[in-house]
Amino acid sequence: MSARVEDKLFLDRFNVDAESHLRLIDPRTCMEKCAEQPCLFICPANVYKLEKERISINYEGCLECGSCRVGCPHFNIEWRFPRGGYGVRHKFG
Amino acid sequence: MEEIFDAAIVGAGPAGLSAACILADRGVKVIVLERGEYPGAKNMFGGVVYGHSLGRIIPDFAQKNCPMERNIVESRISYLSEQSSISLTYRDQAFFEQLQNNAFTVGRAKFDRWFADQARAKGALLVCSTVVTDLLKDGAGRVVGVKTDRAEGDLRARVVLLADGVNSPLAAKTGFRPEVGPQHVALAVKELIGLPEEVIDERFGVSAGNGVTNEILGNVTMEMNGVAFVYTNRRSISVGIGANLADFAKARVRPYEMIERFKTHPAIAPLIKDGKPLEYLAHWLPEGGFETVPKLFGDGFLIAGDSAMLFNAPHREGSNLAMASGRMAAQTVLEALQRGDFSSYGLRGYGERMAESFVLKDLKKYRRFSSLLENHRELFTTLPRGAAEAFREILTVDESPKKERLRGARKALWRGAAPLRLLRLMWDAWRAIR
Repeated sequence: MSARVEDKLFLDRFNVDAESHLRLIDPRTCMEKCAEQPCLFICPANVYKLEKERISINYEGCLECGSCRVGCPHFNIEWRFPRGGYGVRHKFG
Repeated sequence: MEEIFDAAIVGAGPAGLSAACILADRGVKVIVLERGEYPGAKNMFGGVVYGHSLGRIIPDFAQKNCPMERNIVESRISYLSEQSSISLTYRDQAFFEQLQNNAFTVGRAKFDRWFADQARAKGALLVCSTVVTDLLKDGAGRVVGVKTDRAEGDLRARVVLLADGVNSPLAAKTGFRPEVGPQHVALAVKELIGLPEEVIDERFGVSAGNGVTNEILGNVTMEMNGVAFVYTNRRSISVGIGANLADFAKARVRPYEMIERFKTHPAIAPLIKDGKPLEYLAHWLPEGGFETVPKLFGDGFLIAGDSAMLFNAPHREGSNLAMASGRMAAQTVLEALQRGDFSSYGLRGYGERMAESFVLKDLKKYRRFSSLLENHRELFTTLPRGAAEAFREILTVDESPKKERLRGARKALWRGAAPLRLLRLMWDAWRAIR
């Protein structure tokens, strides 16, 4: 299946803030204690990517569903809404 | 802001705006805080609003240019395996006439903006681009307002209505509702597929602004407990699919790959053929049911809509529960204003109203529904194929006697679920919906 999430996110409008609204509380937890790393799969916008020695966060395409916050088995994601007016802006909804 | 509002509402969705309309109509000083740039900027659902519920708030909504997409005249439920679909379709002339607008599709970016305009016309103050980050409490722990992410953004109110939706970091932070567990929500993704109006009319056998909803179960959710849907809008089709979030984590299925796969299913692909993807969205559904509904009010606050986990999964109703709960919260606030009592005791009328209404009665009635799906995985794994093969046996025409065909059908069904398992399923299903 060649579903490219980038193509889907390209359809959406975002007002991207300069600062991320998502943060790993302790990045080492992800690599040392988290075998499952569900954030790499459950995120509908593929915000979380496994790099060589860490997990990177591409918050720009976040659809603000909250799944990573409650899906992280170590509650290692500090999650807030983007500042007022920032983030995804639905055209149709 | 030094001003004290009578009521502050967090979230300009169906619950918050219903309450705002009723309160503003009665001259109550009400402010609605919305984190999106405009109401609907962050909001997403399957797509159906119910005319009765909206009519209780805005009786002449159709005359007031409510941005309806299509009046639903036909409802389909389909059960899909990889190569087949079994469907039950119900269409009735009543939905063209006396039951017109019983259910209709909307796009939230337009609908919520329209709804907010109605509230503003009645005198509610709407402030967008503002995130409520915390609740203001007095020494005794009573909620007396909200903190926002604006400079000097504290705002005092006699009562706060939390209508901030199912994904609520505010709930997680303040504990007014327990943070949801992944097993209590479904993660759904939806794509808007643009097509000319007449093409949609033709494919779904409708015209003149009428449309179809199709709820879909089966193994399209890749063996996870989930559901999919296809709804018609005026010039687009909403295609969505979702599954329990805990299942997603376990199965390591990517939501965007699942929807892409779903779009290629032989029963779905022809409906959206040559369509142009317009938007891709993701949202939770609060499908935990009755057990996950929090205490609906406390000192200085009430909770309504998705924020209170109000969702009727078997009937795919949510927006009506949001509107009804918002309405009942507003009625309770009116009483509390009259008496000047915003304590939990003063707001208890909300709990009573909700308990006596269809909202909690329905959720209570279906309280076993989520465990039915959870406990009967065969519904999403082996049964779709078993059921399809049973039908195939019955409908294959050759010269074998029907007795053999029916035996084959029974065997096919039993490959989907063993006889005792099927009995158990029927028993549990009956208990879940009786």
